[in-house]
Amino acid sequence: MSSQAQRRSSMLAITSTGFIVLWIMIAAMPFLWTLWGSFKVQGDFFSKADWTHALTGVRTMAETGSAFTTSGYFGAWMEQGFGKSVVNTFIVVFSTVIISLTLGTLGGYALARSGFKYSFWILMVALVFRAMPHITLVSGYLLPFFEWNIWGYLPTSIIVLVAINQPFTLWMLHSFFLNIPKDMDESAMVDGCTRFQAFRHVIIPVMWPGVITTGLFSFLLAYNDFAVTASLLSQENQTMIPKIASFLGTTQVEGNVMFAVAAVVSAMVPLFFLVMFFQRQIVSGLTAGAVKG
Amino acid sequence: MPHRTFFWFILPSLAAMVLFIAFPIISVIIQSIHVEHEQVLISVENCGPFGCKQITAIDAEATALLKADQPLGQFSGLDNYTNRNHLAFKEVSKAWHSSESVGAFFSALLNLPFYKALLFTLSYTFVVTPFVIVLGLAIALGVNGLPKLAKGPTIFVSLLPMIVTPLIGSLILFWMIDGDGVIGATLKYLFDDPNLSLKASPTLTWIMLFVYGIWHSAPFSFIVFYAGLQTVPEDTLEAATIDGANRWQRIRYVVVPYMMPLVVFITLMQLMDNFRVFEPIVGFSSEASATSLSWIIYNDLTQDTQLFGSAGATSVLTIVGVAILLLPVLVRTWRDFNRKSH
Repeated sequence: MSSQAQRRSSMLAITSTGFIVLWIMIAAMPFLWTLWGSFKVQGDFFSKADWTHALTGVRTMAETGSAFTTSGYFGAWMEQGFGKSVVNTFIVVFSTVIISLTLGTLGGYALARSGFKYSFWILMVALVFRAMPHITLVSGYLLPFFEWNIWGYLPTSIIVLVAINQPFTLWMLHSFFLNIPKDMDESAMVDGCTRFQAFRHVIIPVMWPGVITTGLFSFLLAYNDFAVTASLLSQENQTMIPKIASFLGTTQVEGNVMFAVAAVVSAMVPLFFLVMFFQRQIVSGLTAGAVKG
Repeated sequence: MPHRTFFWFILPSLAAMVLFIAFPIISVIIQSIHVEHEQVLISVENCGPFGCKQITAIDAEATALLKADQPLGQFSGLDNYTNRNHLAFKEVSKAWHSSESVGAFFSALLNLPFYKALLFTLSYTFVVTPFVIVLGLAIALGVNGLPKLAKGPTIFVSLLPMIVTPLIGSLILFWMIDGDGVIGATLKYLFDDPNLSLKASPTLTWIMLFVYGIWHSAPFSFIVFYAGLQTVPEDTLEAATIDGANRWQRIRYVVVPYMMPLVVFITLMQLMDNFRVFEPIVGFSSEASATSLSWIIYNDLTQDTQLFGSAGATSVLTIVGVAILLLPVLVRTWRDFNRKSH
């Protein structure tokens, strides 16, 4: 009887482990495959003859004399000027994160510390704004931006990304601030601080984990954005993701898909390290909204 | 906190939202009731060796002047909403009267760009969301049973499909699915059909996009469920075991009820995110067989002559769609809030 139950549970353990192994392969395989393939020539990456050529690199050997080639990277970075869009991306992303967090901590703190009815309404409106597809807003920006001649510049898309980021940032920081006891800032104010001083010198120092977590998500939103940057930036100010999209149009004609592959891998690398170093914060951020139900 | 302090604290954030989220919505509504100017035509006399002819030409200068004068275009009322590219009332009623079966009516409907996009967007939203929830829960239960040392790396790998840029994620899968890529080649071999192409068949393209959506979003629900699993009290589980519940019954009657609030949360987030599906369509270049509401707006905006009116009308209809989607949540929150305040 007990041996039967034991066998049953070990069966279950094997199935469940097998399922997780399968999931890990599904989750990781595409990345490893593309990383490996980015060092091959196009004839191997899209092999007409045999897909194992992508692993062994038969054509790469024939064309370049070694099993690995960096010609895709050379093409993307040197010939197509991918480096410039990397610089643009970092300008946009870091400005967006810093401005978002500044505005968001102030607003989130106010929402968490006020019991007024309208703070609830602001949060509700923010939730509706959060649900808005970004492209619907972009179609509202374009015409005024053309009229005011501010279309195409980096600061314009930074401001827009900050605004699109705000609803989410407010919600997240608001729920982090709720976890900090009210007594802390109130006792500081009894000691003679103004509200802002209490916020600046008492609350912010204990809020760092929450601020960092929220910052990570603002970073991801700005870094991963395609709708806003693709339609609001001019050709020479493009960031990485729209640049990759525009590669596709031009490189497919020239038969140089490998440029796009190399660019894609280059854009993945920072995200990979981000997850590696901030895994704990990302997990806690994803669940922060859920804990309250 | 006094109103005054509250106001100063919230002001910058509120200003950003009003200026760049609320105003654009108004601007979209105004755009949607205007249509681009027609080109100004003039008739000129064209004299050649065989005599003179009256021809009609486009007066580029006057057209540009008119455009600069009234950038919005001319007022058109609700034309943008009712024309063929949007709600297409005329075409729909014609199709309704002329088609013999419901199936024929639907295939006629799918030739209209707005309905085609709407159908895909809704299918994507309502297919991907349940799959994401079930798959996420399954992964969370599996990871929870792993030895402690294996959990960290597993979570790390699981996060990747979600963290990666949607456009990049879809491109990566697209390259593998390509007829000459590894998955495409394997499928050809499995089905023994050298002409099999996922890109050519609309049904397969839809399935491919759904698979991408599930791959991309499952990690999110996995992480939320995994965190939730850590809060299920041990004693309740033990009590259930003593009462004779087997493993499945424990999951069904103890764990799942604990997860219900999380299911609501994930559903809400997923409905919002999946309804705006956009990048995969660009990445998979699937516009021939599947388009989404976001994609048709983008398409209107990136053409050589940007169709602001048309994009505005689709945007307004999309915003209405989001509002309908969120209505149950808003009503529930409103009720909760009233109950608390009374």
